[in-house]
Amino acid sequence: MPKSTKPNYKSRRGFLTGAAAGAAGLIARPPIAMAQQSGGSAKVEVSTPQRPGADFMMDVIKSLGIEYCATNPGTSFRGLHESMINYGGNKDPELLTCLHEESSVAMAHGYAKIEGKPMMIMAHGTVGLQHASMAIYNAYADRVPVYIILGNILDINYRRGSADWYHSVQDAPSMVRDYVKWDDTPVTLSHFGESAVRAYKIAMTPPYEPVVIVADGVLQEELITEKNLRVPKLSVSSPPQGDSSAVMDAAKVLVAAENPVIVAGRLARTPHGIDLLVELAEALQARVYDQRLRMNFPSRHPLSAPPVSDPITPNLSDADVVLALEAQELWTLTNKMSGLNRFGMETQPTIKPGTKLINVSAVELNHKSNYQDFGRYVEVDLNITGDAEATLPALIEAVKKLTTSDRRRAFEQRGAKVIEANQKQRERTRDLAAVAWDASPISTARLAAELWAQVKNEDWSLVSNDRYPSYWPTKLWDFKKHYHYIGAQGAAGIGYGAPAAVGAALANRKHGRLTVNIQPDGDINYAPGVLWTAAHHNIPLLNIMHNNRAYHQEHMYVQMVANKNDRGIDRSHIGTVLGSPNIDYAMMAKTYGLYGEGPISDPRELGPAIRRGIERVKKGEPALLDVLTQPR
Amino acid sequence: MTKFLIVTGLLVVAAAAQTKSGDMKNGERLYLKNGCFECHGYQGQGGLAGARLSQTRLNVAGFTAFVRNPPSGGMPPYRAKVMTDQELADVFAYIQTFPAPQPAKNIPLLNE
Repeated sequence: MPKSTKPNYKSRRGFLTGAAAGAAGLIARPPIAMAQQSGGSAKVEVSTPQRPGADFMMDVIKSLGIEYCATNPGTSFRGLHESMINYGGNKDPELLTCLHEESSVAMAHGYAKIEGKPMMIMAHGTVGLQHASMAIYNAYADRVPVYIILGNILDINYRRGSADWYHSVQDAPSMVRDYVKWDDTPVTLSHFGESAVRAYKIAMTPPYEPVVIVADGVLQEELITEKNLRVPKLSVSSPPQGDSSAVMDAAKVLVAAENPVIVAGRLARTPHGIDLLVELAEALQARVYDQRLRMNFPSRHPLSAPPVSDPITPNLSDADVVLALEAQELWTLTNKMSGLNRFGMETQPTIKPGTKLINVSAVELNHKSNYQDFGRYVEVDLNITGDAEATLPALIEAVKKLTTSDRRRAFEQRGAKVIEANQKQRERTRDLAAVAWDASPISTARLAAELWAQVKNEDWSLVSNDRYPSYWPTKLWDFKKHYHYIGAQGAAGIGYGAPAAVGAALANRKHGRLTVNIQPDGDINYAPGVLWTAAHHNIPLLNIMHNNRAYHQEHMYVQMVANKNDRGIDRSHIGTVLGSPNIDYAMMAKTYGLYGEGPISDPRELGPAIRRGIERVKKGEPALLDVLTQPR
Repeated sequence: MTKFLIVTGLLVVAAAAQTKSGDMKNGERLYLKNGCFECHGYQGQGGLAGARLSQTRLNVAGFTAFVRNPPSGGMPPYRAKVMTDQELADVFAYIQTFPAPQPAKNIPLLNE
């Protein structure tokens, strides 16, 4: 950054020359990126004297292997934008045009859960970040890495007019510091290089979280003057594993248990996490509850307990040991509020006295104070701080080592009972799915069954929150692979669904998978422009509207409170229902350039409509079917 | 808690003594107007938020007792000021019209 307090106009004239030189980058690969990819030394000097600082920033970003950058354009990062599309050749990362910063982040959220690595987003350090903030909180609460670059002009001498003043801030990341893992505001290019690489490393060390780096507008646009610039080499940290003696203690408790139950939350960071959980469950012949926050356990595995009600709070009443693996909020898992005092203090445990609770999680490594996503304090018997997926191999080995032939026979007897109970529950679930089978609006069970019939022979990926359609896909479909399901929004912030689905579909595209999104109507209306982004970038995605014409959950809650207050229950639709006029989602889809069909309210018409939608998606485009559904 | 159980028990007995007949049409109107479908579905199929009502094993007295004092969970008690016993009987009559589901084994899509 210039030491003078006056704008360096000479440098700005030089920038024009530099921009012309940068355009040549469309043809030539950046020299530093080539050196990194060819396995050369990280200590490569930037040798082009007439380049703007943004080109060096691109060299750094390219060294991280980031495929995409989602952005809604903004002047405070125009230098980096220009460098990305010209000097960087608009490849790795490729710029994705977004119509809202919340969409940018939520796309990155969905992408990361399929691809296992972060997408980059760019936004203004002020108004852009304000738009993006809810989606960042969702990603934070869902333990998902997002790589965020903010534009800002710190030096007042470079602010070009009133808009620059409104878009400038002393400490840009402060607004989201409570729910990102790390941030920095570099003041030189070498500082940017180190911090940008460090940020990636931190984001990708469990627990995964979003990170923020500010790319100063002056650093972006002024010519490079620093000597001996180099791109630091990325060294990714290994995930933290639980303490070995604590793991052995856990194995002893599990092997001695009569009825251990495993609860998996955000366990499977990678496909290997599923294999490990299957191995542990089979070694113990223990019942497994998947909280549906990731794809943790095959849904039709005999030891997989089908959800009776909400998978977040499974029935643990008969367990003598509960093994929680990256489970969501242990207190809610092991306690409930009574119906007498729904919003008050009266609670009761859902586990029997004496039940031992073992918790394995890396989340404690990143607790913060302000936002309360950590939940209530729980008296855990054995708390193992470490990434559960990284800890499972040692736990499995210890369990197998401690299992005697007597215990193995006991495990087999237990397993037989678990399998029988699970099978009976699956049959009950099928019977329940048949209720209201021919109803109009269409039941969510029918919707799930019609979809399954069409996708089961494809390489499919369901990328929407299974909760809203009452978990019917979980109950009826055969989930096996890691990309078959990606969980939910994290912090229950609405507006995640549509953009996260687009991001996940983008990640699935190169693998040729059929991506399916069961899309709630309330959610899509936050930022429907993401449909245009999907069409513009040819992202194949089948959207099936779960259109109950309401913010349905809030409708129920308002009704509940009105009833509790004895004030009548016939006005809870005020402020919660999305009718009068009804929203035409097929027309919305067409407006944004998608194939659109509907509304479909006759269940007999749903199967053929899904077939038509899939045909379009297989051609490489997004499609949307508006389905009028039962509330849940 | 003890007091609550006693009160609940008394109400169940009182409700069991009732044998109201219901007006199905008015029951349909109330089911929709009062938003019963929100948690229980338009055909009483139930789901994550509410119990299944279709093909209920309760009689009108048991249904009324349940609505007045749900045993636990998210459904708060519906007092007579909100829905009278007669109105609940009407809703119960409407619930009886929900079609019986065909066996799941006869639905090919549920056996895939």
